[in-house]
Amino acid sequence: MTKILNVRNLGKIYTSGSKKLTVLDDISFDITEGDTFAIVGPSGSGKTTLLGLCAGLDRPDSGSIELCGVSLTSLSEDERAVLRNQKVGFIFQDFQLLPTLTALENVSVPMELQGSKNASKIAIELLDKVGLADRRHHYPSQLSGGEQQRVALARAFSNTPAILFADEPTGNLDEETGEKVVQLLFDLNKDAGTTLVIVTHDLDLAKRNQHILRLKGGKILVDENTLVS
Amino acid sequence: MSNNLGVFSKAGVRWLLKMAWRDGKASGRRLFLFMASIVLGIAAVVSIQSFSDNLKQNIALQSKALMGADFIIDSRQPANERVVEIIDSLGGADGREVNFASMVAFPKSGATKLVRVRGIEGGFPFYGKLETEPLSAAKKYQDGGGALVDATVMLQFDLNVGDSIKVGEITLPILGALESAPGDNAISSSVAPSVIVDYGLVQGTGLLQKGSRLEYNYYFVADANTDLNKLDKTIDPILDAENADLDTHTSTSQRLGRRYENVGKFLNLVAFIALLLGCVGIASSVHIYIKEKLRSVAVLKCLGATRKQTFLIYLIQIAGMGLIGGIIGTIAGLLLQQVFPLFLQSFLPFEVQLSFAVQPIIMGLLLGVFMSVLFALLPLLGTWYVSPLQVLRVQEDASLRSRKATVLVLSAIMLFIFAFSYWLLDNLRFALAFVAGILVTFSILGGIAVLFMKGIKRYFPSSWGFLARQSLLNLFRPNNQTMVLILAIGVGAFLISTLYFTKDILLAKATLEKQDQSPNLILLDVQTAQKESVAKSITLKGLPILDNIPIIAMRMQRINGRSVDDIRLDSTSTINQWILNHEFRVTYRDSLVSSENLVAGEWIGSASPNTLIPISVAENVAGDSQVVVGDSLVFNVQGVLMNTRVASIRAVDWSRMQPNFSIVFPSGVLENAPQFHVLSTNVPNRTASAELQRELVGKFPNVTIIDLRQVLVIIEGILDKISWVINFMAFFSILTGIIVLIGSVRTSKYQRIKESVLLRTLGAKSAQILKITALEYLYLGVLGSGIGILLSLISSLLLAKWVFETTFVPSWVPFGLLLPGITILVLLIGLGNSRSVLNSPPLEVLRKEGS
Repeated sequence: MTKILNVRNLGKIYTSGSKKLTVLDDISFDITEGDTFAIVGPSGSGKTTLLGLCAGLDRPDSGSIELCGVSLTSLSEDERAVLRNQKVGFIFQDFQLLPTLTALENVSVPMELQGSKNASKIAIELLDKVGLADRRHHYPSQLSGGEQQRVALARAFSNTPAILFADEPTGNLDEETGEKVVQLLFDLNKDAGTTLVIVTHDLDLAKRNQHILRLKGGKILVDENTLVS
Repeated sequence: MSNNLGVFSKAGVRWLLKMAWRDGKASGRRLFLFMASIVLGIAAVVSIQSFSDNLKQNIALQSKALMGADFIIDSRQPANERVVEIIDSLGGADGREVNFASMVAFPKSGATKLVRVRGIEGGFPFYGKLETEPLSAAKKYQDGGGALVDATVMLQFDLNVGDSIKVGEITLPILGALESAPGDNAISSSVAPSVIVDYGLVQGTGLLQKGSRLEYNYYFVADANTDLNKLDKTIDPILDAENADLDTHTSTSQRLGRRYENVGKFLNLVAFIALLLGCVGIASSVHIYIKEKLRSVAVLKCLGATRKQTFLIYLIQIAGMGLIGGIIGTIAGLLLQQVFPLFLQSFLPFEVQLSFAVQPIIMGLLLGVFMSVLFALLPLLGTWYVSPLQVLRVQEDASLRSRKATVLVLSAIMLFIFAFSYWLLDNLRFALAFVAGILVTFSILGGIAVLFMKGIKRYFPSSWGFLARQSLLNLFRPNNQTMVLILAIGVGAFLISTLYFTKDILLAKATLEKQDQSPNLILLDVQTAQKESVAKSITLKGLPILDNIPIIAMRMQRINGRSVDDIRLDSTSTINQWILNHEFRVTYRDSLVSSENLVAGEWIGSASPNTLIPISVAENVAGDSQVVVGDSLVFNVQGVLMNTRVASIRAVDWSRMQPNFSIVFPSGVLENAPQFHVLSTNVPNRTASAELQRELVGKFPNVTIIDLRQVLVIIEGILDKISWVINFMAFFSILTGIIVLIGSVRTSKYQRIKESVLLRTLGAKSAQILKITALEYLYLGVLGSGIGILLSLISSLLLAKWVFETTFVPSWVPFGLLLPGITILVLLIGLGNSRSVLNSPPLEVLRKEGS
């Protein structure tokens, strides 16, 4: 099977004044194409930092990351942006929809960045899939939290990403809405055959993935294969 | 890169435009302040620019009508043989005129008035027309033996057609009211309005005698093929030697154009300051706007947009708003310029036809886009450096910008301000001084804001009550707006109060000293033979003779051994031309007077005629003729040459309303030369003045009387109109200042509201929140406006000393009215922002403001 993400000896240090704080230390793991993968750990364990690095949002201080066969450390800021646009999808805890764009426009943006001619048409189809086609002209402020996260789901899949990173996707939702969103996420992921990486502290959500990476104090505690166990 | 990723994503310019539009239309409300700043600034600049352009065009178009001929030859004396030869060689004059200032009397009321009598012969004006009421009077006056009298004078003295006017020794019927005539200057006309008579009648007035300040004009109509410039260049130097001059309609209109251009430049500068204030508004509004957009920028970057793309989306948006602001501002400016003629018409010698000039329109639009982009660049840079990591709740300093980029943008801004002011002023030194002035003002204001914040931090009054402490804390906490607010308030207060002080200086300069013994009635052209009788007429009325000054007319013959003719021909000579052509009116006396100070040499009060005569020259004459103490000057007094040496150089306060002289001879030399006299007196009131004038005009028709009180009324009228225009422009600055202020206060609105809501949640009462907010804005208002006014006081003192060369007693108005006024305004705007906190439940406020 092809490795879509290859992380080797990754380290990240934040400097605050004269103090140095090691957030990630010697992290190595692989993710195979099509897998679902959860990164769990307590607050401050470095989960979000790790996700940011894997998605090319930040540069590591040591080690290497290879995403879709491309070494991220060798890319410039703009090259990483293009890579994200072509290969990566995102879902965030606080939805991160563009407030001045309608639901339809929000979903269209990643496709428009690729120069797609059918962005609107595909966006409507995706909104239909998440049950919000009739609210496509609404602005984020006119939608509920659950609805906003469903629009975010549609947007995440709009550029047919090879890998999708989800950062605490249910963190800002109530249990019932959260469950619905998660179900939708896994369904869409299955249909698209996308690799899914979820950062969460919700162990139930983590257990629905094929792999779980447990972090503590910036180090890997356990890298377990739930299917094996 | 070894993969198939391009450096740029495939979305092109269309997508950028689409995103800019999508985002912009949902953010319209937030960009309102930005638009308002642009619109006001552009409107101010375009209105002035367009009006100046129209004025220039009007002058060029109406140049012939303004002169009434294609060219004229003028002289202060009747044409001598050589001049007559030249006139004949040009085919003879098509018309001629003699004019002079004189007192006239109106027998109907017995009133007298200083006028300019114009005796005209031939078909003048050949272009334009004498506008009279009735219309036929303009044609009739040359054969009807009557006079055309200035329409305002007719109204002032309740005169009608058919009434009579006494000019010198003749009395003429008034044939019509003169509305306008080519060759009349609006400002001098307000002091000495025109009375037009037939040339043949002038001799009979008995006023054409030596000592009178006469001007002879010979009018010419040229063939269509005549090259007027060439004519000017060949004939004028020859005429100069004969104390005559040739002016073409083009050169005169150019000179006139330049004069109005100078006024236009000053107003333009005031407008530019309004625009600069608007730019502070732009920077401040865009700062808020971009701050609110940084999260969206991070999301876009996450989704794959490059730094360039996200930067361009907002740049396009700002440029678009700048263009719209420029369009609205330009339209507003073009409409506004229609107001100017209402107030400025009396300064202009012609009716201004307003049209829409292309240059100001293009300038308005370009300026809108360029200024917006330039002043938005600094906050816009934030989009370039914002990290996509922000979407993951990782806090990074979004204000991190490259130092190089910031320096570059700031340099571009300074360069632009310099380039634009240079374009407006056309003077490198003034443009540099303007930029330096702006830099100094901003630096002082900014420096004081920093010092203030550091001062409070260091000497924080811990013993103060909670409310006072809390409001002080607000001034230096993170994300504070102290600097921006003090800059905005300070610059606004500085401008308004400087304009006020300048007006004060100008008006104070023109105010007569109210002492009883200072002259307020000046009698010119008193002949030697008349001197005793005139003095007697005055003293018999119980009035004092304050001055009895002899005046001798003379011309320069040689400067340091070189004849003026030689100097004229020497193209390398830097001696000012007027020195060579001027008829100096010189006096003699044995002592200095109160308006004079010796700056070099030694004052010599008396001398004998047979020696080298020690004279005193005024600083400006010494400078223009390039002489120093010890140099020799030869003067020609009606054919007699006087050898003199410069014994002293004097500083003369020309602004004093009294007879001042550029050249003073010692006693004992000129007593027997042909001379006339200037007498002055002090009359206690208007009635006494009118009575004396009536008597003097009756007995001595050649004597010209200047009533300084009337002159003062005229000067005040002129200054009133000028100050209206200045106030009008200042209004733009004030309005823009208010918008900047609202923008700056709004910048910190959400931050403050969040804190107020928190206090509210913790149980703070409305009155407490209100007091904290009020105190905070009170500090800012007092500090900003106080420093602004103090700075303006310093700049006005410098202006008074170096530019207006006068003393300056500051008025209390800026301190008594402006300071509290601006502070209250700041307070109201600040409190207005917090209204929602006081009226609504905390959560509702946060939801509403956060959306």
